[in-house]
Amino acid sequence: MLNNILSPDFFNAILRATTPILFATLASAVAQKSGITNMALEGMLLFASLFGVIFSSLTHSFLGGLLITMAIGGAIGFILAFFILQLKTDEILAAIALNLIATGGTVLLLLAVSGDRGASTSISSVSAPVIRIPLIVDIPFIGKVVSGQNLMTYLALLAVIVVHIFLYKTPMGLKIRAVGENKNAAESVGISSRRIQYIALVLSGVLCSMGGYFLSGGYMNMFTKDMSAGKGFIALAASSMGANTPIGGFLVSLLFGAAQALGNLMQLTTIPTELIQMIPYLTTLIGLAVYSYAVMKRRNRMSAKA
Amino acid sequence: MRRGCCKIMKLFCDSPFFFYNFSIMGRGGFVAKETVLQMQHIMKIYSNGVVANEDVSLELYKGEIHALLGENGAGKSTLMKVLFGIESPDQGKIILNGKETTIKSPQDAISKGIGMVHQHFMLLPSLTVAENIILGVEPRKGGVFIDMKRAVDAAREIADKYNFDIDVTARVEEIPVGIKQKVEILKALYRGADILILDEPTAVLTPQETEELFVQLEKLRDNGHTVIFISHKLDEIKRICDRATIMRNGKSMGTYSVDEISTSDMSKLMVGREVVLTFEKNEPKTGDVMLQVEHLLAYNAQGVQKINDLSFELRGGEILGIAGVEGNGQSELIDVITGLSRKYSGDVILKGSNIRQFSIKDIREKKLGHIPEDRMVEGCAAHLNIRENIFANQYTDSRFSGRVMLKMKEIQKRSDELIREYLIKCKSQNQEVGMLSGGNIQKVIVAREFSTGPDVIIANQPTRGIDVGAAEFIRRRLLEFRDAGCAVLLVSADLNEIFSLSDRLAVMYKGRFSGLFTDVSSVTEDELGQYMLGLKNDYENGGVTHE
Amino acid sequence: MSSVKKFEAFRMFFAVVIALLLSFLVIFMVSEQPLTAIYTMVTGPFKSKRNLANVVESMIPLIFTGTGVCIMFSANQINLAGEGAFHLGGLVAAVVALKMGLPAGVSPVVAITLAGLAGAAFSSIPAILKIRTTASELVSSLMLNYISLWFCMFILMHYICDPSTGSASYLIPEEASLPALIDRTRIHAGLFLALAVAVFGYIFLYKTKMGYELRLTGQNEKFAKYAGISIVKVILISQMLGGCIAGIGGGVELLSPIYTRFSWTSLLGYGWDAIIICTLCKNNPLYTPLAALFLAYLRTGASIMARYTDVSLEIVQITQGIIILLVVAEQFLSGYKHKMIAKEAMASLKDEEVA
Repeated sequence: MLNNILSPDFFNAILRATTPILFATLASAVAQKSGITNMALEGMLLFASLFGVIFSSLTHSFLGGLLITMAIGGAIGFILAFFILQLKTDEILAAIALNLIATGGTVLLLLAVSGDRGASTSISSVSAPVIRIPLIVDIPFIGKVVSGQNLMTYLALLAVIVVHIFLYKTPMGLKIRAVGENKNAAESVGISSRRIQYIALVLSGVLCSMGGYFLSGGYMNMFTKDMSAGKGFIALAASSMGANTPIGGFLVSLLFGAAQALGNLMQLTTIPTELIQMIPYLTTLIGLAVYSYAVMKRRNRMSAKA
Repeated sequence: MRRGCCKIMKLFCDSPFFFYNFSIMGRGGFVAKETVLQMQHIMKIYSNGVVANEDVSLELYKGEIHALLGENGAGKSTLMKVLFGIESPDQGKIILNGKETTIKSPQDAISKGIGMVHQHFMLLPSLTVAENIILGVEPRKGGVFIDMKRAVDAAREIADKYNFDIDVTARVEEIPVGIKQKVEILKALYRGADILILDEPTAVLTPQETEELFVQLEKLRDNGHTVIFISHKLDEIKRICDRATIMRNGKSMGTYSVDEISTSDMSKLMVGREVVLTFEKNEPKTGDVMLQVEHLLAYNAQGVQKINDLSFELRGGEILGIAGVEGNGQSELIDVITGLSRKYSGDVILKGSNIRQFSIKDIREKKLGHIPEDRMVEGCAAHLNIRENIFANQYTDSRFSGRVMLKMKEIQKRSDELIREYLIKCKSQNQEVGMLSGGNIQKVIVAREFSTGPDVIIANQPTRGIDVGAAEFIRRRLLEFRDAGCAVLLVSADLNEIFSLSDRLAVMYKGRFSGLFTDVSSVTEDELGQYMLGLKNDYENGGVTHE
Repeated sequence: MSSVKKFEAFRMFFAVVIALLLSFLVIFMVSEQPLTAIYTMVTGPFKSKRNLANVVESMIPLIFTGTGVCIMFSANQINLAGEGAFHLGGLVAAVVALKMGLPAGVSPVVAITLAGLAGAAFSSIPAILKIRTTASELVSSLMLNYISLWFCMFILMHYICDPSTGSASYLIPEEASLPALIDRTRIHAGLFLALAVAVFGYIFLYKTKMGYELRLTGQNEKFAKYAGISIVKVILISQMLGGCIAGIGGGVELLSPIYTRFSWTSLLGYGWDAIIICTLCKNNPLYTPLAALFLAYLRTGASIMARYTDVSLEIVQITQGIIILLVVAEQFLSGYKHKMIAKEAMASLKDEEVA
């Protein structure tokens, strides 16, 4: 067991398991920075994993599938934004509704498109390619961890940097943070908070759909019913534990990815699988509690000191 | 009579000759005054049915400082929200530089040259002054990134142009209030504002800062900017403004040249009659000590110390009024006494018991009534009905509930009694509190807090922003309770109220009493102001009590 | 303002109609025989006694979880662990029925009581975490649902699994089952319990001291604190009671004639359904039977449709989603509402001037 954990394969698996959570975490961070809790990540992941399969099969290319999926992801973000911002629907209830629609809609659509029930067995989708990085692959240990990942994993790592720069170095990022910190203040200088939040949620949808795409076109090679399995919710926790920063979110996602990978590894042991299946959720629950407790203590200490 | 006037005004306003208007101005002599903005017959009804503006018209000249005068809740802010595109009017039109226009959003307003400095600062504390100024109109490099160097330069440039002495690289959370306000004005100017709306700009300023602000505003006026100065401080309006539009109860009471109208006339138009706040007060019959505060040090939610070694006593049968500029520890004092905050050291003794171990409920059971500062935040649940709000502090009383169940009949009966007794205007006790007017909401709160027969009343801004009738009603009630032996602690920003109700008067400054007066009638408003602003401070001179 | 209330009712009706129309549109897009499908869905539930009975049967769990969520949402506690509590309740009832060997009459009472306690204990976890660590009950309850699922799977597979079935428990003994009330249907005694719970929920929220404290806190926590209410108590009681009712619902459902074994290998979704019930009821448990009836009718219709046509049951989730979106959307038809209020206000202004 310990040997397995120390092997490069395990670290490789961590990055793999982190990828979908990481995309969703970044998606959550962008939305949260603009002041909106995007609990619809779960549904967005699910939709994207279905559309990824459908459109990569239709276009016979992973890139075509990915781009269309991202576009649809953006559109879903837009619809969510429309309800929250235009029609003033409570953001949590709107997300719950969207998740419900995703749960039912994906099954319905899959059936309509392919006749498959519950899993896209008859669709020949194209997954994102696995990439071997020359030179790096030859470095002992690290080579095996870093190289040979799915393209989407590299994109996820790249996305951490891009989202960081976007939020902290560009005018739009400044506006998003301004709206999230004090909506009225942003409005008072003519920033349309509604427009900014629209943009943030669309971006959130695009990022999240990349994670969804990876679920059915990389992590697995087909769509199955409810395959997001709470990863969107885990990402919500990861993002808040990372203080809604891309870097912080990345580190927490790694932790949850490790929990997932550890769970997968433990299936080789005699520990009952049902308990292993619990690990990611339990880790998230405990992580969230510990983090919240630490924040509370720090706040108390600070105000006591002053 | 007024309706007739209105009609003539209407004809006049609608005529094309109205655009250039020749008038004799107090300060400028006989000059052509160019009209930059007209708001005509604005009507605004909020979704709870409150008519905030009823047929209000406003006209602004280029290069004037125009006061918008009125009590809290008179509709000044609503009118300005309409002008700044935050609210859309239900009726009426806006004519900007001779052209009829609609202002859809603040962004729209800014692009049309209207800037607004809000009463509560609209700044982002975690960003620098420069970032705040350029927010929304950022200089870029490479088309994609923010050019921070140019941003800082641009902010400096605009500050220099208008002679504002500001370090633009400082973080906003670290700069004092007066500077924050300057940043707000710079923000508007940077965006090319010709018309600048200032919403009660002096409320948070020291006298020196106020004077500095006035000098800046005069400079702006001389540069051709138009300033709308929202206030209810008559002396300030006299000092700085050219004309004043006075509002009362959602209606305009007309526009006057400031030089030609006396302050007493202005206040008459504002409140509808002379401000008579001399209540027939009986001699106080002071009883036992009800509340003792000893060596209190208290902190706000952020952990900043707001009360610094404060001690005083409050006896039954007296009203102790506390005056002071907001933010000098009044809120924290009340939060500690009422049990809302435990961030304090020192002792608070309520009717002989130290409240340190008391829950809020324990404190209330000691017969303490509390009128909170903000009625919508702490004073009521807007979506619950009057009945559900009015017995929130007494539902555990055996008259209104058993061990588990509420006695609905009793509660309904009592609610109707209180609605009658406190003259609450409503459709029935089933009406949502949020649908009532401010004055009636306040009466619901007062009815609730007074109906338990309190021994100690903590009244924080009990009449803020409500109509004169309701305010007077509440003040009379406070006096009745005092006469009945109740101890009253009154915190108010309304000096008239403080003067007319208090038996003793304290001024809070930086977490202490800078002055404590036992003979209220001997204190002049002027003197009080000096204590409020820390120009006089008895605490630092050994804590003399004025007899 | 009764016109506002009337307007709200109209708005809700309109939202439901639009949601149905949109769902029909979806059916038109995915089905080869859309008209037949819609016809089957709408009329199916009335076609036979059994179908009608199906509607009533499927109301029962919805009333339970709906009432539970009404109580939690009234206190503004966004605890979504009803799903997991329901699941756990079912498991506990199954274990009691299988392992304790209690006589008829006693067994279901004990099983359902313990199911309720388990539900309460389970949904107290987010409450305790919130009180102790300030962790949001929303996220923690979402995680707990999955933990509940896998915990129940674990007990199922390792302690009560009937090897001949693979992934279901042994048969629930007859002594533990809730009897069917009407011949050749599966309408069971749980219906009365469900209705009683809905009424209890209403009385609790609107007629008791504790319920009043819950609602006050839900409406304005600062005001509740100022009035002397213990927020900690409200957080704990509301979430425990909500979970308890969901747990009872799970127990009742499992012991009903609908199930012969504990065979729940995925979350059943009643926790999410509860949210739409609660939305339609505006947090008042008294109306949960009505909302549950509506949802159960849709459900039954959709499952009949799924049986006879090419549209699958999941269409209902889409309908539900759209209903939530539109009913909760404050601005939906609000332009109309504002005009109405403005008209009233102007009319009363005129009255004042005349007077």
